[in-house]
Amino acid sequence: MENKELTKVDLIFEKIDNTEVLKKAFNMTQAGIIQDMLDSGLKGRGGAGFPTGLKWKYTAAENSPDKYVVCNADEGEPGTFKDREILDRVSNKVHGGMVIAGKAIGAKKGIVYLRGEYRYLLPKLMPELEAFHKLIKEIGFDFEIEYKMGSGAYICGEESALFESIEGRRGEPRNKPPYPTVSGVYGKPTSINNVETLVTAMMIINHGPQKFISYGTKDSRGSKVFSVSGDTPTPGIFELELGMTVLQFVDEFGDGDTKAVQVGGASGFCVPRKKFAETIIGFEGVPTGGSMKLFNSSRSMYNVLHNYLDFFAEESCGQCTPCRVGCQQLLKGVEKVKKGEAKSTYLNELTKLADTMKIAAKCGLGQSVGNAFKSIVGNFREEIIY
Amino acid sequence: MINLLINDKKVTVEEGTTVLAAAKTLNINIPTLCNHDDLCVAGNCRVCVVEQTGARTLIASCATPAAEGMDIHTNTLKVRNARKHIVELLLSEHRSDCTKCYKNQNCELQSLANEFAFGDHIFLSLIEDHAINIDRSSPSFSKDDSKCIRCQRCVRTCSELQQVSAISVANKGAHQKISSFHDRPMSHVVCTNCGQCVNRCPTGALVEKTYIDQVWDAIYDPDKHVVVQTAPAVRVALGEDLGYDPGERVTGKMVTALKQLGFNSVLDTDFSADLTIMEEGTELLTRLKKALVDGDTKVSLPMFTSCSPGWIKFIEHKFPEFLPNLSTCKSPQQMFGALAKTYYAKKRNIDPSKIVSVSIMPCTAKKFEADRPEMRSSGYKDVDYVLTTRELAVMIKQAGLDFKNLEESNYDSIMGESTGAAVIFGATGGVMEAALRTAYEIVTGREVPFGNLNIIPVRGMEGVKEATIKIEGCVEAWKFLEGAELKVAIAHGLVNANKIMKMTREGRAPYHFVEIMACPGGCIGGGGQPIPTNVEIRKNRMKAIYSEDAHMVLRKSHDNPEVKAIYEEFLESPNSHKSHELLHTHYVERDDY
Repeated sequence: MENKELTKVDLIFEKIDNTEVLKKAFNMTQAGIIQDMLDSGLKGRGGAGFPTGLKWKYTAAENSPDKYVVCNADEGEPGTFKDREILDRVSNKVHGGMVIAGKAIGAKKGIVYLRGEYRYLLPKLMPELEAFHKLIKEIGFDFEIEYKMGSGAYICGEESALFESIEGRRGEPRNKPPYPTVSGVYGKPTSINNVETLVTAMMIINHGPQKFISYGTKDSRGSKVFSVSGDTPTPGIFELELGMTVLQFVDEFGDGDTKAVQVGGASGFCVPRKKFAETIIGFEGVPTGGSMKLFNSSRSMYNVLHNYLDFFAEESCGQCTPCRVGCQQLLKGVEKVKKGEAKSTYLNELTKLADTMKIAAKCGLGQSVGNAFKSIVGNFREEIIY
Repeated sequence: MINLLINDKKVTVEEGTTVLAAAKTLNINIPTLCNHDDLCVAGNCRVCVVEQTGARTLIASCATPAAEGMDIHTNTLKVRNARKHIVELLLSEHRSDCTKCYKNQNCELQSLANEFAFGDHIFLSLIEDHAINIDRSSPSFSKDDSKCIRCQRCVRTCSELQQVSAISVANKGAHQKISSFHDRPMSHVVCTNCGQCVNRCPTGALVEKTYIDQVWDAIYDPDKHVVVQTAPAVRVALGEDLGYDPGERVTGKMVTALKQLGFNSVLDTDFSADLTIMEEGTELLTRLKKALVDGDTKVSLPMFTSCSPGWIKFIEHKFPEFLPNLSTCKSPQQMFGALAKTYYAKKRNIDPSKIVSVSIMPCTAKKFEADRPEMRSSGYKDVDYVLTTRELAVMIKQAGLDFKNLEESNYDSIMGESTGAAVIFGATGGVMEAALRTAYEIVTGREVPFGNLNIIPVRGMEGVKEATIKIEGCVEAWKFLEGAELKVAIAHGLVNANKIMKMTREGRAPYHFVEIMACPGGCIGGGGQPIPTNVEIRKNRMKAIYSEDAHMVLRKSHDNPEVKAIYEEFLESPNSHKSHELLHTHYVERDDY
């Protein structure tokens, strides 16, 4: 498997002349922008990793006078805090990415859905947005961005629940199809992209797709921003080239006693020490929206799992059976096993339930609860039982 | 057209057809739970998941449109395991006290459990964590959250069919539940008691308040004289709970059954429906006269019908500024109740305090209506107990009657005589048709100018119907109506009532007379009717109603001999002082939440 060294990159926060990049984009064709995205191999940075070029291509192909670019800034995955930093430091690039997406798909409206807890950023963001609107008007873009605030539900980071929330309804995922590219916010064709994806898109326009391709691996092009937390002497956010192994990552960020890394937050995978060397961080191995949590030998993996399951039992929207009830059953189930009130083999039944949730839940939340459950129970079974 | 494979069988369906519907055309049954023909797709319960070759996950067949080239399998091991898990998960959050439950053997969750989750269950009961909290505040129904499986059929019913939204989803995750405004008791929110949610609840979470035991007690009390009245729509639906197909008329057998149950007198709400026409028709003509001849600008037009207690509570909550537009006539049930303990008591020489008045209704809101403080004009509670069609079926089963083999018999007298005009009260447009048959004849001296008295424009399942009738050749007393065009409208289901009321509020409702029924299809689709009730079943019941009308000898309310008699002997004339005392009422403004 292709493997890259751990290399720090400076793309997302790189100082660039926004006006120049936007002028460049303004003079490109719709198809030209989309082709650059396709050539770059950029995959969504929120975690699911859908190819951005394809998303824009599908939305562009829809015949509708009203389309939307939605920026998903509802950064809620436990252990992720990169979008906050990006918005705080380079909001112009986020807004710039939205304008470019708007040009590519033929949308005149952009909505940033901002996590409720990030409301404190608004006093800084609003004047920046005002100046930005002035700038793009001068260049000639017909595009306007507005901010909508979330209210604290994790599920509203799921794209269709996010649309429901924007529209003023209870944040619950919709049935798919139709997908957002066909019917998104207000029932209009919508390209919904993560904060970091939009900034990366702008940087691809700036540097051209070739430079982006020079980073990363075949399945995971480019670099991305990681939120590093847990048992590490150097917590914080770091932009790294994709394609490193967990071992390389731990060598850089670990405290010398790392026993597991949770890659991708509560909905991601737990990688145990014995698999550090063979596991690549990226779409060919363990994908991540940026969350990297390190655990050293002082941590109980039962507590880690319990914490995640408690989180999901609380944050499931409650709409579909596998997720609403499944999360509660997993939580209560491991508690029973830990207390010795259920046999350890009950974990096998719960693992089967996690498999059902993965294939039968309505949205990505319920489908990914099993990731953390299975990887923690699978690798640290004795810690769950005893 | 879309071509796909389901269980290796080819099927071609129209674009937009769901996988579930496509499977149905092949007679492949996929279990469902949150799905209901009357409601929008939810895709919540996931019981209907199937396997699509090449797809990463299973798909909800109710929520997924068929696509070209799909290869669907409905009974793979993967599907079976998931389905068993899902049903068991639902059972783990459901208080399964089946043997004590009113819905025992009429519960969709129980049926699924029976098919997919028999034997030992894997999962832990979650019920201990939800305090068992049953809301019994409404006189019409109770709400037991510990039996709720969050399918949201009730929520969709309340918002889509009725646009009332008395209940909605609150909280998330483990704490998600169906709740009211600020979690208030159902008696203290905008709920109209229509019972459409009760009719669609797949479990025992929402059930009508039953008064079966109280009625049995009354029947076996030698001191009591128990009279029972049956609403028009009951006779075309009761059979469904007793082994008949939808649309079967069981009037004669029902009367026999009621007699065998021990009611002292089996009477007909149809009688008071005819009376309603006399009162309401006269009220309408009086309002028209005041407006057209006397130039009284304060007359409230259009006049709205007042037979449907769900609709009454709706307008009291949502459009109280139009309460003067409501006919002051009580509903047929309450007219009957008031007369049972006055006129009937006097004629039969029975002490009214010894009379227990029971009604069999297709409706849960009628239970609330009977409890209203205004409904005591006889000096007693006019109607003591209201049973739904479903409760009557339960009593018939309890008594061990072989319903299908009962002889047919006629209603008792007095207050048992009816006409076709009264029967059609049970379907949307029926009150209007009955009123027109009588009012037109009063005004012109001739029958309505429609073949066989069938006023087709006011019939059918369209949400809002309109009709115009030109009045020509008036008799002397009504000459001022000569050449006038009487504009009428009919709405059924509160979503359509809402439409009409918004038009009225905006001054866009050019009508003189509007019939509104709270439930889809009118009383035939009432909340107290047999479960299931859906589009097809409502159509069948409606057909039966009109066939019952067509088979009647008398088909106009003013021809009802008992109605003629009661005016001669007791009430004097429609809208007389006595009528107003007993047969008319008033309304109250209520909060809009």
